[in-house]
Amino acid sequence: MRKTPLNAWHREAGARMVDFGGWEMPLHYGSQIEEHHAVRRDAGVFDVSHMRVVDFRGSGSRAFLRGALANDVARLAAPGKALYTCMLAEDGGVLDDLIVYFFREDFFRAVVNASTADKDLAWLRSLRSRWSSDVEIESRDDLALIAIQGPRARERFWQAMPGLRAATEPLAPFGAALVGDVMVARTGYTGEDGFEVALPASHAAALWKALVAAGARPCGLGARDTLRLEAGMNLYGQDMDERVSPFDAGLAWTVDLSGARDFVGKSALLVHGSRHELLGLVLLEPGGVLRAHQEVLSGGRRVGEITSGTYSPTLARSIALARLERGIAAGATVQVDVRGKRLAARVVKPSFVRRGKSLLSDKEDR
Amino acid sequence: MKLPQDLRYTESHEWVRREADGNVSVGITDHAQEQLGDIVFVEAPHPGRKVKAGEAVGVVESVKAASDIYAPVSGEIVAANAELSSSPEKVNEDAFAAWMYRIRPDDAAAIDRLLDAAAYRKSVSA
Repeated sequence: MRKTPLNAWHREAGARMVDFGGWEMPLHYGSQIEEHHAVRRDAGVFDVSHMRVVDFRGSGSRAFLRGALANDVARLAAPGKALYTCMLAEDGGVLDDLIVYFFREDFFRAVVNASTADKDLAWLRSLRSRWSSDVEIESRDDLALIAIQGPRARERFWQAMPGLRAATEPLAPFGAALVGDVMVARTGYTGEDGFEVALPASHAAALWKALVAAGARPCGLGARDTLRLEAGMNLYGQDMDERVSPFDAGLAWTVDLSGARDFVGKSALLVHGSRHELLGLVLLEPGGVLRAHQEVLSGGRRVGEITSGTYSPTLARSIALARLERGIAAGATVQVDVRGKRLAARVVKPSFVRRGKSLLSDKEDR
Repeated sequence: MKLPQDLRYTESHEWVRREADGNVSVGITDHAQEQLGDIVFVEAPHPGRKVKAGEAVGVVESVKAASDIYAPVSGEIVAANAELSSSPEKVNEDAFAAWMYRIRPDDAAAIDRLLDAAAYRKSVSA
């Protein structure tokens, strides 16, 4: 199994380590729920070094990415701006979701999922001849990634790294700064404020220890999953994959169909349109926890299935993302087959918690 | 690993305690709660139900996964611990205090045929 530069630290801290797409990663350091609350109330720090940084260099980088990605990097006008996007196959299926950063006309950067990284690189390199030959694609296996998230994340980051304050304090959400070989981006996967930091692997342990010393609580992938689900953020491989179009995965907002720009998958999307929606579910009665692959029924008829489900520590009830037929709308009550029992759930917009606050209406938020 | 010597155990990670009235209390072991992580739901069987040894009679769900709980011996369910439906985290806090249900065993001697602490320890580390 592959190990991040912080592997020894996690083990010493008593983390429960699990295989995550071939990487040995911390699931939690004792209590996943306490870690979750730390991020909603203060600050938590995550080792996400399994994710891959990919650099695009050369004057053709922008033209290349405009063809390779479903969102349009033409939107990235100011250096340091970032964009969330899908990368599609010709048939419109989602090959990966990623964040792409613009620094200079001859330098863009993407952060892609761990499990898809090698496939992504091969795919991107195969597209070079089609969209732009003047682009070099480099896999930055030498970089580590650390996320610090929570209402006090930035404050604790500056306490740990006072030298980076001047460059990172002006950052707006989805803005990034390069300071030498360290990238700090005001992005995340929790629904809270914070930074994601890419830096040379040899410096990862020092940053990690400084953040922990500044009061950020180490958090594992378990809390990362409950936090992103509360925030209504998709997880690749669960809420969408190459068999699913972004239109059926709640990601239409990330696809830019405007204008004459062509990109991989566009013609397929225009033909197929959308058949499903990704919506949220809130369990209305006790009886278990919503989980991926459970069936969703309406009037006794199957109308879809859960793609991600969990127990929400913030809301103290079970929540899920579900792929449902069009026509089932927020506000409807459906049934979910939970281990043979049919339990009532409310359909809601797929975002449950933001900035520490419940987004549920009084009807669900008993 | 916390493992009281005076209890009996199953391969499926239940602990079993014989009470003064002859009924047996059943919970899940400290090892099991640690494997499951934060427990958020416990469904114990209803009193009056007749169960067979090895039968799935309830469910424990953690944030991570759902896991069946089994009957260690045949008999009739006589009690369920209602406290765990509102405070399932008690299982994480002290697994050996958080009994889930009680059975009146058909055969009182069946308990003696379950694993003792040493045998359970061995089955876990195997």
